Amino acid sequence: MNVYLLSLLVFSPLLGIVMVALMPKKEERTIKQFGFFGTLPPLFLSFFLCSQYYSGVALSIFDIKLNWIRFGNLEMYDPKLFTVDFELGLDGLSLIFILLTTIISSLAAIASIYIKKEWKGYYLLFLILEIGMLGVFTAENLILFFIFFEMTLIPAFFLIGRWGFLEREKASYSFLIYNGIGSAVLLVAILILFARTGTTNITALTQMMTMGGVSLFAPISGSMKYGLCLAFLVAFAIKLPVFPFHSWMVRVHAEAPPSIVMIHAGVLLKIGAYGIIRFGMGIFPEQYKSLAFTIVLFGVLSFLYGAFLALVQTDFKLVLAYSSISHMGIVMMGLGALNEAGIQGAIFQVISHGLIAALLFFLVGALYERTGTTMLPKLGGLAKSMPIFSGFMLASGMASLGLPGMSGFISEFMVFLGLFKSQPLLAAIGVIGLVLTAVYVLRAVMLMTFGKNDSLIEKEKWDLRGWEFLPTLVLLGLIISVGVYPNLLGGPLQGTIEAMMLALGGR
Amino acid sequence: MDWNTMLSYDWGAMMPEFIILGTTMILSILDLFWPKHFNRRKLAWLALTGIILACLSLISLLSFETVSILSDTFRLDSFAKAFKLLLLFGAALIILLAEGYEPQEGLREHRGEFYYLFLTALLGAMVMSSSGDLITLFVGLELLSLSSYILVGMRKHDRKSNEASMKYVINGGISTAITLFGMSYLYGVTGSVNLGEMSRTMAAMTDGQLQYIMGLAFFMVFVGVSFKIAAAPFHMWAPDVYEGAPTPVAAFLSVISKMAGFVIILRLFLSLFLTASGDTFGALDFLDKNNIYIASLAGLTIIIGNVVALRQQNLKRMFAYSSIAHAGYLLVAVATLGGGYFLLDTVWFYLMAYVLMNIGVFAVIQLLSSQSGSEDISILAGMGRKSPYLAMAFTVFILSLAGIPGTTGFIGKLNIFLGTFITEPGHFVLAGIMIAGTIVSYVYYFGLLVQVFFRPIHSEKVIKIRPGLHIVLIICVIGTILFGVAPNIAFDFIHDQFGDFTDFISSK
Repeated sequence: MNVYLLSLLVFSPLLGIVMVALMPKKEERTIKQFGFFGTLPPLFLSFFLCSQYYSGVALSIFDIKLNWIRFGNLEMYDPKLFTVDFELGLDGLSLIFILLTTIISSLAAIASIYIKKEWKGYYLLFLILEIGMLGVFTAENLILFFIFFEMTLIPAFFLIGRWGFLEREKASYSFLIYNGIGSAVLLVAILILFARTGTTNITALTQMMTMGGVSLFAPISGSMKYGLCLAFLVAFAIKLPVFPFHSWMVRVHAEAPPSIVMIHAGVLLKIGAYGIIRFGMGIFPEQYKSLAFTIVLFGVLSFLYGAFLALVQTDFKLVLAYSSISHMGIVMMGLGALNEAGIQGAIFQVISHGLIAALLFFLVGALYERTGTTMLPKLGGLAKSMPIFSGFMLASGMASLGLPGMSGFISEFMVFLGLFKSQPLLAAIGVIGLVLTAVYVLRAVMLMTFGKNDSLIEKEKWDLRGWEFLPTLVLLGLIISVGVYPNLLGGPLQGTIEAMMLALGGR
Repeated sequence: MDWNTMLSYDWGAMMPEFIILGTTMILSILDLFWPKHFNRRKLAWLALTGIILACLSLISLLSFETVSILSDTFRLDSFAKAFKLLLLFGAALIILLAEGYEPQEGLREHRGEFYYLFLTALLGAMVMSSSGDLITLFVGLELLSLSSYILVGMRKHDRKSNEASMKYVINGGISTAITLFGMSYLYGVTGSVNLGEMSRTMAAMTDGQLQYIMGLAFFMVFVGVSFKIAAAPFHMWAPDVYEGAPTPVAAFLSVISKMAGFVIILRLFLSLFLTASGDTFGALDFLDKNNIYIASLAGLTIIIGNVVALRQQNLKRMFAYSSIAHAGYLLVAVATLGGGYFLLDTVWFYLMAYVLMNIGVFAVIQLLSSQSGSEDISILAGMGRKSPYLAMAFTVFILSLAGIPGTTGFIGKLNIFLGTFITEPGHFVLAGIMIAGTIVSYVYYFGLLVQVFFRPIHSEKVIKIRPGLHIVLIICVIGTILFGVAPNIAFDFIHDQFGDFTDFISSK
């Protein structure tokens, strides 16, 4: 049973897919319900895994390995050569990402209630997207990882292009092309590794690259290792996104339907961070170490660039988009710090931003549903007409700027703690960004909630109601509990981070 | 040659060819003598039966050892078996396409010819894959070419079809002449037309002068063949011909004819030039020294195919360029020789993927264009809402052509990449061009999907699918997904049945 649990988890959204597919097109209510129910099996399974973990079960018992593909006919050299197995596995890091995925998917499925047309296609793609995300975080070899990685790309393309706002097609195209380029770079790197070593298993590759394994056909030279490490970094930096590669993500944030942005900002961007940790840092620790300065530099650049641009935006969605870039800069800074505090802070920041961005975009969705706009000049005075909404908006804004007691504070604190130790100069420059963050968040929230605005006619019962409290309260609860008791995340991550530090030469 | 020698040949090895030949003859006689009012559409099912029978007899031959009959002119080795299987499979799908083909003005009394000409072309391709010497190879090539010239011009009252046929004849004639000229050089330097003997002579040839002539022959043959597979810079005919030809014929040209082109390339280049000596010391093999030319043509083909496809508004022209690009991807495998480990199975697998996805796409195009009378990409608009299942099938084919994981096209591309990276130094530039081409292809492939899913409905007319097309679509969708998710079925089959194709070069 244990062996199949992970496959069950990854493919459990299929149940929902079948249910939705069997529904007639017009049954809006039932499809929405089934779509939401479709996200529950993975949610419960991930809770079950989590409870197993906390009751002291080793996560490795869930690993599965089945023979899958054998390329070429090279059995006479070594029967395992050029085979790709179907192998899924779990460790503390992936467990946390799995939880993030299942929780945000379920909440985004609730937020999808605002979708106005073609619910059937929407939920089908939505659930396929969830399979892809779950697969990415459990894949134990690079080919499988890539397959799931691309599996998130195609549904997201359609979801943005079909159900988004006005400029949706342009957004979905730039999403496709940028991510396509990223995937291409990733694929080349994966295949060079595969062709030269004959395996794609992450553990085996890590060993070969660090210890120097036997090369069968052609060796991987030192400079090629640099190239490969760089290729992984660039591919995931596009996904994250880091400063020069960010323009697609701004468009997606602005044009995709808010429920999809919840997933996009909450989970999809995080694949970039996950990839850098797993592959960049994991497989090529030596090379990664020597690139650390550049990584931090780009981190600081993104952090400041995002914060500056967020300061002048008039569309609230764009403020959030640039703030995402800025926050992903913090992740890069932490990952480049090369010490325990920095890396732990970076992972905390990934999770914390996932939760905060999901919450903010849920609120954006609720707001757009009522006012039909997210332009800051047109909004205002919401504190009067929607007091509860404004309260939550302020709370999530505070989380975003890193108020102590919330998850954002812990992660930023740890990142800067780590960075001041290893790169004090860049860290000092980065601190400016913290101030800017406070300014743009407060500015945006103030413009929305206070002040007067006559264009919005005050209506009765405009405020959040009923089921809308569920996602808001769950997300806010998680943000606060991580902020108050960070060991909630720290525990599972401990093992992974220690292993990383060991490979990096522990400092 | 007396009667006893004739009888001593193992004619069973030619069984599939005989079945196809027999079916062709029956079809032509029936077509001649049946009364005019009789609906000749039924002949398609007869043709299909012939192909299936040939396929079955080929399957029963799979376990046979390599046979070579008619004084080594006809070989049934694992290479021939593997590629004949693909050819028969593709041809069966195309006959089903042709069964449902109904142009605006109708095919009228030519419908009968339409079916048996496919069979003669198929016969040519099959003979080519089995040929053990230059003459058989050339006869097979001509049989294929002449039949397809007529097929292209099948819509006698359509101006474009006539133009296409004319273009195809002239271009094809020139390229055949060049190939033949090259072959005559080969005969000149080796004094034989038997591939095995030629290979032995060429391997021992260290005279620089003769090697120069050999090089000339190589280029001329390659030019002729790159016409057949529509590789740049000899690809110009493809878009015009595809546009003018009846849709099943365009599918035939882009799949079977291209496959036949690769069969010649592999037959000739692997058996002759791979082991031929490339310098006066006999230290370097000919193909090692000269594969840079194939590589640069492969790169050029990928770039031209993908970039020009971006600007096409006509579906058939777009897929003509897309098929040019795919020929480029396959040439990458040939140019790198699959790194020595991933050649024949790679090419075979990619061609299989290509048969499935491309015939699938042409089936959809045929369906939509015969309904609306146009071939503009706008006829796809709104298909997602009007007929969601057809749209889903189309999406599967397009994703596979674009090389998205989960489809056969991805596994095929993966295989080619492995071959480019495995050697030292790796063919990084070529791989880079290929991956860049793939990205560019996203733009036009996904442009089609945008039409299908994001645009308002083009015409409310209900799309009626004939049973033949239904079968094609179902087989192609299932195959594209199945071999994408579980490619091992195909890999194990080919490795178990054909091993490393070791009998291909040796045991002449």
